[in-house]
Amino acid sequence: MLRWILGGREAQSSVEKSPVLCIGEEQPKNCFTELQVLKGHFDIVRFLVQIDDFRCASAGDDGLVLVWNVETGERLQELRGHSQQITAITTFTCNNEVTSHTSLITASSDRSLSLWDPDTGNRVQTISDLQSSVKCLLVLERLGLWLSGGEDLCVWNKDFQLQCHRQNHSDTGVTALIELPKNCIAAAMDRQIMIYRLSVSTDSSVSLAEIRCLSDHNDQIRALINVTDGLFASGSHAGELILWDAIDWNILAYEHILWEEPQPSTEIRMAAPKPSEMSIQHLSTNGQLILAAVGSGLYVYSVLTKSVMAYRKVAHDSNVLHTMLLSDSELMSCSEDGSVRMWEIQDLPLPAEPASAGFFGMWTFSRSNKQSGPPSKKVLEVPNLRMLELTGDLIGHSGAVQMFVSFREIALVTCSADHLLILWKNGERQSHLRSLALFQKLEERGGL
Amino acid sequence: MIGSPDVVAFTKEEEYGQSYPDPWPLPEEFSVPLHPLADSNPWAKTSYAKFTKDFILISEFSEQVGPQPLLTIPEDPKVCGTFDLNYFSLRIMSVDYQASFVGHPPGSGYPRLSFVEDSRVVLGDSKEGAFAYVHHLTLYDLEARGFVRPFCMAYVAADEKKIMLQFQELSLRFSQASECLKAGNRRAFAKELQRKLRDLEYTHSVLQREEGLQREAGPQRMYSAHAVEKANELANVEKSIYEHRDLLKQISSYHRRPRRDPHAVACQKCMSECLSECEVLLDKYAKLSSPFSYSEKGSRGPEGQVDDQRGEEEPEEDEEEGVKRRPSYTPQLIKAKSAKCFDKRLKTLQELCDETFYEATMELLKETEKSFRGDWCYLHTRRLDKALRRKQKVANFLFEEDLGDDDEDEMGTLRPFCAVNHAIDNFVLLNPPPIVLGPEPLELDSLEPPDPASETSHTQESELGVGESHLESSPSDQTLETQESSEETKGSVSSDKSGLDQAENLQSLASTKSEAPDPYSDLTPDPDQNTDMERESSSDDMETTAGEDEDNGGDQTPVSLLEVVSELEASREDEYEGVNGSALLVPIDTACCMAQEGFLYEAPEVVPGLSQGSPPQPCQTLVVNQEPQALLPLQDDYTVGSPCSESPAAGLELPVGLLGDAVSRASLEDGSDCTMSASTGSDRAASPLGYGGMVTLRQRKKAGQGALRFVRQYPFAMQALWCLLSGRTLVVLGADEGRVRRLVAALALFVPAPGKCGERVQAWLSCPFTLTDLQRWKLIGLQRVASPVGSSMLYSLSRYSRYISILDVDQKTLRCPPYRDQLLANIADHRTYIRRGSTFFLHVQSTLCHLTAKAFLFTFTHHLHLPVSFAEGPEVVEARRRCFLHEQLGLGEEDSQILLYLSQLITQRYLQPDTGSSAAAPCFSFNYTTSVLYKI
Repeated sequence: MLRWILGGREAQSSVEKSPVLCIGEEQPKNCFTELQVLKGHFDIVRFLVQIDDFRCASAGDDGLVLVWNVETGERLQELRGHSQQITAITTFTCNNEVTSHTSLITASSDRSLSLWDPDTGNRVQTISDLQSSVKCLLVLERLGLWLSGGEDLCVWNKDFQLQCHRQNHSDTGVTALIELPKNCIAAAMDRQIMIYRLSVSTDSSVSLAEIRCLSDHNDQIRALINVTDGLFASGSHAGELILWDAIDWNILAYEHILWEEPQPSTEIRMAAPKPSEMSIQHLSTNGQLILAAVGSGLYVYSVLTKSVMAYRKVAHDSNVLHTMLLSDSELMSCSEDGSVRMWEIQDLPLPAEPASAGFFGMWTFSRSNKQSGPPSKKVLEVPNLRMLELTGDLIGHSGAVQMFVSFREIALVTCSADHLLILWKNGERQSHLRSLALFQKLEERGGL
Repeated sequence: MIGSPDVVAFTKEEEYGQSYPDPWPLPEEFSVPLHPLADSNPWAKTSYAKFTKDFILISEFSEQVGPQPLLTIPEDPKVCGTFDLNYFSLRIMSVDYQASFVGHPPGSGYPRLSFVEDSRVVLGDSKEGAFAYVHHLTLYDLEARGFVRPFCMAYVAADEKKIMLQFQELSLRFSQASECLKAGNRRAFAKELQRKLRDLEYTHSVLQREEGLQREAGPQRMYSAHAVEKANELANVEKSIYEHRDLLKQISSYHRRPRRDPHAVACQKCMSECLSECEVLLDKYAKLSSPFSYSEKGSRGPEGQVDDQRGEEEPEEDEEEGVKRRPSYTPQLIKAKSAKCFDKRLKTLQELCDETFYEATMELLKETEKSFRGDWCYLHTRRLDKALRRKQKVANFLFEEDLGDDDEDEMGTLRPFCAVNHAIDNFVLLNPPPIVLGPEPLELDSLEPPDPASETSHTQESELGVGESHLESSPSDQTLETQESSEETKGSVSSDKSGLDQAENLQSLASTKSEAPDPYSDLTPDPDQNTDMERESSSDDMETTAGEDEDNGGDQTPVSLLEVVSELEASREDEYEGVNGSALLVPIDTACCMAQEGFLYEAPEVVPGLSQGSPPQPCQTLVVNQEPQALLPLQDDYTVGSPCSESPAAGLELPVGLLGDAVSRASLEDGSDCTMSASTGSDRAASPLGYGGMVTLRQRKKAGQGALRFVRQYPFAMQALWCLLSGRTLVVLGADEGRVRRLVAALALFVPAPGKCGERVQAWLSCPFTLTDLQRWKLIGLQRVASPVGSSMLYSLSRYSRYISILDVDQKTLRCPPYRDQLLANIADHRTYIRRGSTFFLHVQSTLCHLTAKAFLFTFTHHLHLPVSFAEGPEVVEARRRCFLHEQLGLGEEDSQILLYLSQLITQRYLQPDTGSSAAAPCFSFNYTTSVLYKI
């Protein structure tokens, strides 16, 4: 494609993308034909949180939290207060009898926690001088409590009063928290998953008891999610995907994702051949399917059949950072390569993927696998394997796309290391809305 | 008989007209009124004028030699040809319209400066075939008779109609020039007075000393003839000092005078500066003179003491002077008798006026001359065009030159011209001028009804306008009234001419305190001095003291005097074009091009706040400091005018703001070569107008030439134009800057809604671009570099390739989605027979104009966008829309995209909040289609 630009004088290979993944410019299934660039951050934007149907909050390394109107692209609030990067953000909804009000809880590297009102932009509560910075937050709306995880695990009530505190024995601290049935909490710490039980006594004092330690992972746990009420899943750096029973914490399924080793090719490599990237960066689920971002590939696991449903080893040019299942057959992923891709799970005959080993080796820049020893070759030969077909991609960011949030038909919001947020919208819908507004204004004015 | 065909035919014709009115009449505001002179044959009237084109003449009524021409604008002697300037000066200056009062007015011991308002007359010399708008004014000169020097500025034309119909505008322009000149003159006068006072003080001290010596030497109580003479001389000098001090006081009180002349609005800042300057002087001399007058009261005894005081005072004064002003200046003795009237050399006009102001005035007059080039038909057409386009605000922004939305805001403001560029903060809010256009008030009124939008805010003004125009329709009435009013106002402060009231009120409001016109009583001299005053004054220049505060405006005007009714704004900020032009001037390398385009401009980075949505106000505020140039003129940059859009300015004196002005000037400048013969072009060959700031029509025509060459040269020009028109960013990639810039300049004609500042066009970019750049710019000139930077640029090109089309200048290729429709074949036909750039430009403009009209129709047709009934789903609407586009408008799929894009722009523009730009980021629409590569 670039040959003509370069005038045939330069080699194109360094710029050109993998032919497999280049969908081209004709994307009939891609409905995002309008975009709005939202500026405001001045460092990497890492987090996006949906506040309600039309608002979302973004936070990043500049310590700013910005509240946006997704419909119009207006910046509604600017929440300033943190002096260092935001490490975790979550919404906290208080349900009164009549109304429910959503607040934002943020944690920052400046070792403080804050509660914000996104309507007014006020900092309602703040706690500073924590012993360590908080890496993850979990809100238990049912109990009116929330937990912060880092080197310590703390339980707070909605008035920001510390209810319970638990020192950790692990170096890495809590990296992920999920809520389990029966007032239980699962916390990912390095290679282990700790199960805690939260007990609220009659005088409303809260205590946290360690119940179980699950140490079946061989490497650091990267992702921990709830799948259904009775299931949760965890993924490790070594590519192990484990499905757990949420009640008795037994392993229901163990999947070790190992892409086959790329075949040595005659091409000149940029670096020595590396073991393929198998780290599970992100997990998402819709209850039936678990979508795992493994290195720069995508991996769809069916909970029902407990088997691989579809996969694509090289879904992006670089590590996949965030994924989402839009429906049973549509999914979306974003990556360090700055693109968002939309996929469809299609019934297609095997072989699923013509592997282009050369490019794969070239575009994998992530750190090498920790696992020592040659990985055993495991061929994913499953009878009802389906195919992940690229249906569209969104190109706009010039840095890694950290995360995205879908507001369904309104817009898709992406945030990136290039300090920008982009609102991707359906051009036709927007055009229709504008026409509506136009005739409304025309009517108000009573003519041109 | 009744059946006679002749009769039937005759009556039928009449009836047809009445019984079958046009079923689709244009709304009145869109109809083009017939040319007022349509009935008269323009060729019937041959001019006997001996000059080739209109010019401005400045003449003086010299007290030594009588009326004499001083200079013409343009200065080219060819302009006047064999026309006798001397004779004509005599004609126009033979009106002693001032009737200056010579001598001391009763009740005041001092000579009075006459504050004469300017007068405006139209004079004609049908024998010579010359007609002139004549603007009389007086300047102050300490050495002149009555301290005044009468001058006049005349706009001389062969066509009387032109002058009569342009009277308002001419009057406005010349008033500005006159005010500017007079402001400069007052400064110069004050300086001269100061110098004179210093000389007088010095002379006085010397005389005193001499007298003292004499008295000591001579015997007591004995007065030699010599001594008496000395004493007289001393007394004369003292009187002279008083008089001069009083003059200084008068000149400094000038600004407080209520002005009867509505056009006479000067920059407040200049005024207050000048005022304070004068006050400082006044203070100084008042202080100096206090011991002096004290000495007069006392007997001659304590003279020595006084001398001592003087001795103390003077060095101090000298010191002060030395620090403050020219240290080299040494006071001179003033002789008792100065030279005879005819011996002395009178100051030239240039010497009479402060240099800055003089230059500014000349610029202003040159500008005026330029703006009135072309015949009346041309000026009229331009005005009509502007008025019409003002009506169509909704879609004008797409391809038309911007008229400035600020019109409404500007309407009410009266901005004085200021020579030293005291910019915006000295607005005076006034009613806008009623539109008065000589003989056809009604027609023109219909041309200029207040905009619906502005109606509420300007009802008053429109009423006023109507009223005035009725008045104006009979100029003789007007003259009468003027006379009356000038008589009325002889001694009183206020005049009650209806149209002027407001102006005056505001004027007096604006000036800090309004004083009575005769504030001199506080300085009445002592009785002693009055006796001295009886004697002949010591110096000649004191003898002829000047007139009453009076002007009898039209008393003796011979031909016709239209008194100015309307108050007008308009500041012709001439200065800025020069500055801004030079700042951004980018000369092309002549080696590589065919010298088609003179200069290419660099579209500067656009301040986000200035982007198209923002209202004019912020721009205005940006201008406040001395350099409005940097940001401001871009407002009108790169707009594309319609064929007849030579446009504005001279128009209906619709107050054109800073920005509007810029355009108008630019376009006026250019417009002239549409109608004027080639001979006029020569003196403007190297016009440095507004490069970088705005793109003139002239430049746009050059761009038309470039576009024509592009179209003829590249078979895929049509595809490139389609990309631009359908909103897909076109990147012009090339290694040679000049070439890329030229091409960008040419293609910019086709960028819809290029923005007031041309912010949608980036002529030359040498770094990788980002998505936001694509969103901002619709046409980018990109440098091809073979370096690491180049590769990252190529990376961005390939990365964003879905959003852009790439025109490679070096390889002559175009990569863009395919276009196969017919709409653009009309303008992008590489076998076109059009050979001239300006013709092609007009051709393009008319096509784009059609497109705009279609887009407008499409945008505002309800059923094409919204369901008519509840039962209808979106598919029905969609189908209807497609049907409309394809069948009714006959557009193909790709042509429809152009229309959809234009419609989207119109919609977005329409939805923009009226106040301020929305906080939301702009949208960027695109679609996913494959591109193909076109080669030559």
